[in-house]
Amino acid sequence: MSAPARRPFSREQRLTIIQGMLVFVLIVVVLQLWLLTATMNAWLGGDESIVWPAAAASAAGLALNVGLFLYLTRLERTRSGGS
Amino acid sequence: MADLNSRGMSREQISIPPDGAPLDVQPAWRQDFPIDWPQDLYVERRDFMKFMVLTSAAFTLGQVCIGLQNWYRKQTGQPPVRRIASVDDIAVGAAIGFAYPDEHEPCLLVRLTTNEFVAFGQKCTHLSCAVIPQPAEGSFYCPCHEGRFDLRTGVPIAGPPRRPLTRVVLERRGQDIYAVGVEERTT
Repeated sequence: MSAPARRPFSREQRLTIIQGMLVFVLIVVVLQLWLLTATMNAWLGGDESIVWPAAAASAAGLALNVGLFLYLTRLERTRSGGS
Repeated sequence: MADLNSRGMSREQISIPPDGAPLDVQPAWRQDFPIDWPQDLYVERRDFMKFMVLTSAAFTLGQVCIGLQNWYRKQTGQPPVRRIASVDDIAVGAAIGFAYPDEHEPCLLVRLTTNEFVAFGQKCTHLSCAVIPQPAEGSFYCPCHEGRFDLRTGVPIAGPPRRPLTRVVLERRGQDIYAVGVEERTT
């Protein structure tokens, strides 16, 4: 017995979803900007201890953003009849 | 819209104009070239999100660049010990310029009292303009944005700079003054 086909999201639903994603992405980007300036300031001041942890945190933020974007493209593929 | 529904079109296929009014009351040009407003909003948000993800990648790249620069800085090792001047070369309250640890790093040696010397990098920590020593006022002055640093400590006391000047560690050997290291500081 095959699973029932999932109904694609309507236009309004997709608009709501992308707005929610956008808010999340914007918050992460602002945090990354703050992290970059704080790291640069600390590093120029001779504090080297936070350089790589900050880079890892920024990479985690990027991974979240890319993940959300990939989810969005998957959503669009579903809508256009793809798998 | 009713006409479109009667033609068996689903709600997803109906173009919704920006004012939300039915298509048959729209101007002729919009009936010919209908703008689907929800789809338009969706596409512009998707493009903006794509741009934000690229911005996020750029910030991460910036962090990695700082890391690589840090690694490179560690590879260069300790700055060399270098003779800067003789005690007699500089009068009390005067300053002389020198480059340390390499020729791209201009610095200033200031004689505060007979036996007290300080040296700092000449680059302002705001935007790297050359600071000017003003011993009479007890400060280094940056003419670019009116920044001031304390002459004795290099700590910012006015203007936009937030970090102190890079301190050059000095050592006196007899009548000679040597630079033996640099000290970056955040406060």
